[in-house]
Amino acid sequence: MSVAPRLELIDVSKRFPGVLANDRVSLSVKPGEIHALLGENGAGKSTLVKMIYGIQAPDSGSVLWEGQEVRIPHPRAARRLGIGMVFQHFSLFEAMDVLENIALGLDGAVSRKQLDAEIRLVMEKYGLKLDPRRQISTLSVGERQRIEIVRALLLNPRLLIMDEPTSVLTPQEVDDLFKTLRRLASEGCSILYISHKLHEIVELCERATILRGGKVVATCDPRKETARSMGEMMIGSDLRDPARGQLSVEGPVRLSVRELSLPKPDDFGVALEQISFQVKGGEIFGIAGVAGNGQNELLEALCGEHLADLHTTIEVDGSPVGRSGPSGRRKLGLCSVPEERNGHAAIGAFSLSDNAILTARSRMGFENQGFIHKAGADEFAANVIKTFAVKTLGPDALAGSLSGGNLQKYVMGREIMQSPGVLVVSQPTWGVDAGSAAFIHQALIDLAAQGSAIVVISQDLDELLRLCDRLSVINLGKLSTPRPVGDVSVQELGLLMGGSHATPANSAGGIHAA
Amino acid sequence: MRLRLEKRLEPSRAMLVLTPVLSVIAIMLLGIIIFDGLGYDGPQAVWELFFTPVLDVYKWRDVASKAAPLIIIALGLSLGNQAKIWNIGAEGQYILGAIGAAGVAFVTQSMTGFWIIPLMILVGMVLGAIYAAVPAVLRTRYGVSEVLSSLMFVYVSLQLLSYLITGPWKDPDGHNFPQTAQLTDAQLLPHELWDSGIPPGLLVALIGAVIFYIIVSRTVFGFSVRAIGEAPHAARYGGFSSNGIVWATLMISGAMAGLAGVLELMQLTRLNLGYPSGYGFTAIIVSLLGRSHPVGVFIAGIVLAITYVGGQVAQTFVHVPNATAGLFQALLLFAILASDLLVRYRIRISTTSPSTKGAHS
Amino acid sequence: MTMTFIIDALVTVIGITTPILLAASGELVVEKSGVINLGVEGMMLVGTIAGFAVTFETGNPWLGILVATLAGAAAATIFAVLVLSLGANQVATGLALTIFGIGLSSLIGSNYVGIAIDPLESPFPDALANDSFWRVIFGHSPFVYFAILLVLAIGWFINKTRAGLVLRAVGENDLSAHSIGYPVIAIRYAAVAFGGAIAGIAGADFSMVISPLWAEQMTAGRGWIALALVVFAGWRAGRLLAGAYFFGVLMALELYAKASGHAIFPSQFWAAMPYLIAVIVLALISSRDGKDGKAPACLGKPFIPNG
Repeated sequence: MSVAPRLELIDVSKRFPGVLANDRVSLSVKPGEIHALLGENGAGKSTLVKMIYGIQAPDSGSVLWEGQEVRIPHPRAARRLGIGMVFQHFSLFEAMDVLENIALGLDGAVSRKQLDAEIRLVMEKYGLKLDPRRQISTLSVGERQRIEIVRALLLNPRLLIMDEPTSVLTPQEVDDLFKTLRRLASEGCSILYISHKLHEIVELCERATILRGGKVVATCDPRKETARSMGEMMIGSDLRDPARGQLSVEGPVRLSVRELSLPKPDDFGVALEQISFQVKGGEIFGIAGVAGNGQNELLEALCGEHLADLHTTIEVDGSPVGRSGPSGRRKLGLCSVPEERNGHAAIGAFSLSDNAILTARSRMGFENQGFIHKAGADEFAANVIKTFAVKTLGPDALAGSLSGGNLQKYVMGREIMQSPGVLVVSQPTWGVDAGSAAFIHQALIDLAAQGSAIVVISQDLDELLRLCDRLSVINLGKLSTPRPVGDVSVQELGLLMGGSHATPANSAGGIHAA
Repeated sequence: MRLRLEKRLEPSRAMLVLTPVLSVIAIMLLGIIIFDGLGYDGPQAVWELFFTPVLDVYKWRDVASKAAPLIIIALGLSLGNQAKIWNIGAEGQYILGAIGAAGVAFVTQSMTGFWIIPLMILVGMVLGAIYAAVPAVLRTRYGVSEVLSSLMFVYVSLQLLSYLITGPWKDPDGHNFPQTAQLTDAQLLPHELWDSGIPPGLLVALIGAVIFYIIVSRTVFGFSVRAIGEAPHAARYGGFSSNGIVWATLMISGAMAGLAGVLELMQLTRLNLGYPSGYGFTAIIVSLLGRSHPVGVFIAGIVLAITYVGGQVAQTFVHVPNATAGLFQALLLFAILASDLLVRYRIRISTTSPSTKGAHS
Repeated sequence: MTMTFIIDALVTVIGITTPILLAASGELVVEKSGVINLGVEGMMLVGTIAGFAVTFETGNPWLGILVATLAGAAAATIFAVLVLSLGANQVATGLALTIFGIGLSSLIGSNYVGIAIDPLESPFPDALANDSFWRVIFGHSPFVYFAILLVLAIGWFINKTRAGLVLRAVGENDLSAHSIGYPVIAIRYAAVAFGGAIAGIAGADFSMVISPLWAEQMTAGRGWIALALVVFAGWRAGRLLAGAYFFGVLMALELYAKASGHAIFPSQFWAAMPYLIAVIVLALISSRDGKDGKAPACLGKPFIPNG
């Protein structure tokens, strides 16, 4: 302990309207240490690292860099100290090439040629593959992350902040990333690794600071903990698995999709190719995959935002709906919940009652000859709020004023309480606290038990393995052959998620199935 | 001590109503300063501009006849504004409405019949709607922003008007003035209703406000318009077609502008080069000042009409230039746009602590 | 067709093209930063009266241009404060700026109606500027040469300099640029003010060269053509230059129709032509789905830093 920590935070606080995002947080990172910052979504991890990287200013408390108190008013100052950051959402410019993107991340002007040479040097050293002349819009998510890493490494950082780096990677890509990070740490670079994935932290990190509700609740050595024990520290109560009844399903086919192909909706989208599957009543069908492989496109094609070429491509309870829009499909019992809560599944500036009108107006009868029956919507919204324990002032509260988890519960409740014959949901528990996640899982299981067919699209393998009867993987817009959950190994799934691009690495230990 | 903005969890409904009022007051105060700076009697100029038209009973009719077209056009625009569809070419649709009615008048010069006036109104509204449908085609089929295209057609309509009144429709008895023949009695609505001083347009505006209120607050169509404006992606998920809304809102606003054009033609009794008065542009201010709410639009229309009438009063008595009203209308729009901030944010006064001072330097 | 006629025509086209070329160049920089300022017409009008009044009062046209530049920038700054600092809607605010420009220029200009000033002439010696042939190159006002140099300089700046790269980055993805640490709002302020300054100069070109007799709203909608031109050019400087002269030819046809009086269609048809063509061209360009160059991804969207 004679060496000063590379970074030390003492009693750092940050308040936003309505929330205390960080409450007297203290933390210290040693040179060459891989330090985990662990916490649920909304625990205050992102706010904390934004202050370290100079994007936000702390309201109080102090920041010490190698023993010296420093102020970091902007990211430039952070980089000057030797702090690099790889963001969860990449700060890349789609219409520009890799070189231009990296140049933008550097503070001084460098000629293209010189930069090109430097990039190749760094890539060779850390085994990162990337073509500096390619346009960003043509790159995969993993490649995009590599740009961010190269950009950070070019500055020879002494502290590298990685914000949820694996949420978009295949298990094999995660493995490669961990190799790079360990190599960096062995050279003396400290790494602050932000995640809520427990098994990754157990595998990678030497120390962990655990945040809950903006406060540090524990500091531990992950190598001496289990995923479960750290999970309890993170969530603050015992982890509970949802109760799933029978696993084999013998109901009628309620949703049938035959050779669904759609061109990409825009330059950055993914085309769907020959997707076929069937879901029976009472069954929960899971679709796994790395983000950006056509999940959103598939959801929009199923819910009717994008129409199929043939009416018979999609059938609900035997009725063709391929050429029907969202309203027509809802009438036949196909409801859906897209991934993006605010702005897609709900309108933030509308009241909860109006958000009920958005999707439930015809099934629940708030629509009559083009006129709206407002009282009916109020009643339905109040009912959803009560049944799904949504924390809000009432049906008149704006959807945008709800926390992410509460809005997700409302949106899920709104669709489930319409008793849909088929429900398609994407990322049902993304960014939702553990209690609400368990609640949502149970609600889906209950709906299936009543005979509905359910499709769950998720990037969270743990969630799918716990919830589903059968699983498929979507990769580059193609769906793998569905397999019963019991018959498929995590390693196989990982390979499918990587598609043909993945190298068949023999370690898929990055994924941990509960 | 410093001022700090804090985002409200929900937009303030009080501020939504209060800010337009504050904007008008702020502009009055600013007006005093500007007029004084330009060497006029500031307080008196502002008095004439904003209060004389209200206090002088003889000006009420003027205010009403100016407010009517502003409100009628702005009601239509408000619908589009809520869907974030910007028809800034209402002036063109207003002119086309008048041209349509004048065309019917040209053909029916020697005829009489109760059907002539309804036909003029119908043709004017249809022409206005069709003229607004062109930007709708361009946007939905070709992805052209309706902002630029609808505006371009204003300039086209001005040239069309100029051609018609100097060419085929020129009044043969008009001493070679570029104007159409006077409308006949069978082509005119009464100048005022029941000798009350209320122009027929104001009654139309009032009925229009009620209808639009019902559309916006009670119908699925009104709901879909608001949904598209707030979150187009969510509206699509909810089963609403954004192209359909583009068509509907543009054509409804075009028809309303056309209607205003017909009624104004009947007030003026003929088309001439002075006909395009900029009501189509001022109506955009009316719609924003009225927060796109039918009641707000009705009040805002009267406020803007007051500045028109007051501008003339101030020109006569304080000798400020005629362009003054236009400048004040623009400043009013600036003020209302700026004050939107108060709806979404609250201003907090905070004392600076040493640590935050450091962080912000 | 005589040589004189061709040269006359060329001189006319180059002259009337210049203000839209200027205004569009300025707007190109603004839009590259991700902001759309629809108030070009209003900023030009502020420039017309500033250039005219100062030149008339002081007799110094250069001072007139300087004040027009500053006035244009000042008008743009009103827009910038509303849009960038107060988060107002860009479409509505741009429109307000146009209405403001019309009102302000008419108000100040009410003292100058019917007054004329000497037009600003070619900076080259008379022998070249008035030569029956060489005037096609040397016989223009300084605005013409400035406009061409400016659009070339802007093309170089945007594509070849680091500052230009940052400008594009801010327009492509403001959140990313912010998270890397670029001052998005400050860069946009600078771009908007620059666009306003250039629009002010474009306005001065109107009142000091093209129509040196004061009249209200002498820009007659050319600011909107400049906006369409930026789309037409696919946000590229080279195409802006070509597109501007294309519209210049269309506008010259109206002058020719009015002057000759024996055009096939009435002069109003030719006057409406640039606007109709602008709409048609917009439709053709837009339906090609960005193959001719894409709008900056953040164009017109408010910047809301997420924290």
